[in-house]
Amino acid sequence: MLAPSLAIIAFVVVFPLVYSFYLSFTSYTLLRPIPAWNNFANYQRLLQDPIFGQAFLNTLLFMFVTVNAAFLMGLFLSQALARTIRGQSLLRTLLMVPMMFAPVMVGFQFRWFFNDQVGLVNNVLTSLGLLNGSIPWLVDRWLAMFSIGVATVWMNTPVVAIILLAGTLSISPELYEAADVDGANSWQKFRMITYPLLGPFITIALTILSLDVARGYDIVSIMTGGGPAHRTELLWTYVPRVAIQESKFGLGAAMSFVTVIVTVAFTLYLFRQLLKSRIL
Amino acid sequence: MRRSPRRRLSSALLDVLVWLILIVMLVPAFWLVFTSVRNPVEVNAKPPVWIPRELTLEGFMPLFGRATQMTGAIPFDRYFLNSTIVALVSTAIAVALGTMAGYVFARYRFRGKNALFLAIMLSRAVPGIALSLPLFLLFARISQAGPLKLIDTQLGLIIVYVTVNVPFTIWLMDGFFREIPPELSEAAQLDGCTEWQTFTLINLPLALPGLAASAIFAFLAAWNEFQIASVLTRTVNSKTAPVGLFDFTGQFTIDWRGMAAMSTVMMIPAIAFVLIVQRNLVRGLTFGAVK
Repeated sequence: MLAPSLAIIAFVVVFPLVYSFYLSFTSYTLLRPIPAWNNFANYQRLLQDPIFGQAFLNTLLFMFVTVNAAFLMGLFLSQALARTIRGQSLLRTLLMVPMMFAPVMVGFQFRWFFNDQVGLVNNVLTSLGLLNGSIPWLVDRWLAMFSIGVATVWMNTPVVAIILLAGTLSISPELYEAADVDGANSWQKFRMITYPLLGPFITIALTILSLDVARGYDIVSIMTGGGPAHRTELLWTYVPRVAIQESKFGLGAAMSFVTVIVTVAFTLYLFRQLLKSRIL
Repeated sequence: MRRSPRRRLSSALLDVLVWLILIVMLVPAFWLVFTSVRNPVEVNAKPPVWIPRELTLEGFMPLFGRATQMTGAIPFDRYFLNSTIVALVSTAIAVALGTMAGYVFARYRFRGKNALFLAIMLSRAVPGIALSLPLFLLFARISQAGPLKLIDTQLGLIIVYVTVNVPFTIWLMDGFFREIPPELSEAAQLDGCTEWQTFTLINLPLALPGLAASAIFAFLAAWNEFQIASVLTRTVNSKTAPVGLFDFTGQFTIDWRGMAAMSTVMMIPAIAFVLIVQRNLVRGLTFGAVK
């Protein structure tokens, strides 16, 4: 009963990965279609490539900031929604709206919002009298990273909020009553009861979150495509540029392999945490 | 319990803050739907027109085979059909495979079980950029060699989406099967059920909510996937709706209204999903953790 799942994963994930690992040691390009072994030449070029280094650092920074931002936003929303609040069930449904968006749609929508000529953000700032001229949201390096980050956080916050909300609601109300008797304030109750008991839920939320952020190719490639002039290059935009548009299959394979190792190591760490709370 | 006035005030302020955050979060969704029914003059108007002054369905015309000034007709029916077939078939297969595997992980002990579980989950962590190139080369070679065509076909996409969705389904179903007391299975086997009967007659019906949740996750992932589809598809034979959205981008301009119209239509199945599975979704995601 396990075999079909393993077979298809082997065919579509493991085998291509092994193949791409092999390619990463060859000089395979569209012009030289017979892969010739060239040892570590691709890995050497990759280490000397300043744009790859930049993309690598950008990616780490981007993941660190967006995962944390989406997590904190989700945590705040879940705690705010777990209290009795007017219109609670409506609020919860509304919270899920960003989940209905295809990532491609998120990319296009935010690309338009942040457009410096016709975009909503500049337009609103101008009509409020806060802005004279236009802010080059998707042109300046840091502003562009910020804009992509906003889109990514927007799309990923709801899942975190929903999981943490479920976790918070599963905590026995008696604990809070006991804390009330002892005169604890809301911060103490959060710090001493909610947060520790949310542990496994936080791990699940972080795992799903980092998987989704690490697969966030669609948003970046649509909003800036890594440009202008490599300013917002992330591994997700740079690797396909080298591998597919420039058809340097060998070099691209080497780059994608570095990416796989980083992502898998990160996920492995999170899953270890998850398995601890699950299988034991 | 009575609350002090100060507490009540801060609680009311928090309510307002939460509502504000959610309203801001909803702007993109409203804007998308509004843009799709706007008069073209309003789309990029300065200052922005929030609520459309007049409604028009012109933006939806290119989807139904009518060219407009901005865009030619879009073979939307083909894209939509491809998306529907690919998403439905891959979901059915992924859920079937993932459910069986999840059952094995939940019920049986065997050597290397945790390591295998971990390996399967990690296969989901492999980013699409690392897969799309070797998959493309592999599929191209298979298509050249034999009768099996995997480039620019629905079959190629289905195979990929099944694989993408199997690990997550295993994770969810493992959690759901663990919730079912094993005593039920033991009793069934005492009464003479085979292992397969125990699975299909006893466990499967009890895990139906999990099946629904996984199905919808798998469907949405396939329905919205873009990256691999953009590499493996070429023509209307297999292009799915997310890839088709690019028909609205010209070299220098983008038909934002047409794109908003198509996005709005693409969201309908997703909205149905959220309304149907709200409950199962939360339960499904968190089952494994609390057990």
